[in-house]
Amino acid sequence: MRITRRYRFAASHRLHSDAFSEAENRELYGKCNNPYGHGHDYVLDVTAEGPIQRGSGQVVHIPTLDRLVSENVLRDFDHRYLNSDLAEFQALVPTSENIMRVIESRLLAHWRDVFPGEWPRLEAIRLRETKRNSFELKP
Amino acid sequence: MLITRRAEFSASHVCAQPALTPQQNRELYGPAANPSGHGHNYVLEVTLQGDPDPVTGMVFDLKRLKELIQQAVIDPMDHRFLNYEVPPFDKIVPTTENVAAEIWRRLEPHFADKGARLNNVRLYETEDLYVDYAGDHP
Repeated sequence: MRITRRYRFAASHRLHSDAFSEAENRELYGKCNNPYGHGHDYVLDVTAEGPIQRGSGQVVHIPTLDRLVSENVLRDFDHRYLNSDLAEFQALVPTSENIMRVIESRLLAHWRDVFPGEWPRLEAIRLRETKRNSFELKP
Repeated sequence: MLITRRAEFSASHVCAQPALTPQQNRELYGPAANPSGHGHNYVLEVTLQGDPDPVTGMVFDLKRLKELIQQAVIDPMDHRFLNYEVPPFDKIVPTTENVAAEIWRRLEPHFADKGARLNNVRLYETEDLYVDYAGDHP
């Protein structure tokens, strides 16, 4: 069984890579390259998978999942400028694809600390940047 | 091909195990353990898988699917207190997970040998929390 919990954070970013010239950056990233950045209300879905635990009737202890996501993702991402406020994006363009990889890495780094057994596992994360753009990743 | 039918029901429940102390239940279930219960507008999505019938052009008759969901799930659960009025939730905790698995058990026999088979039950407890059950992990 899979259980999905939805979280939200608001953050700004600018898509710009030092690997390219100013003109190339503008060509590649378009308005996402505007010099002072811009922001989104991101929607993050975290899906855990596992058997229903007899007794509790739960696949995952939701307050523990909430704390994991809050302490490792939302606390650092919410109401931040990703390019300057997060160490990971000092040398990495904060595209949604890269944001997903960073979130995956942060969740997996602490997952077994809070869920020490075989289950639940992190099954998928989905990130919605806008209503028209969403991304999904399965570890 | 997958086809999905959506239905809604409103029900109350309390998540607590009689063998645990109020404090332990509170730690496990949070405010869902409050003893008098609380309610949700559940949203159910039932997905069938099959090939369209060459004559009717349908994977399954959606009218019939609507009736089956109504009879097996909505009629017994809508506007009910699950713990008191809907077995087996007198014996097991009506978490979203257990309610989704029970809905699967109630629906699945109706699709044996009918061309379409039950592919997935998705149950939203709120917009921010849902479970998917495909008859896997018992």
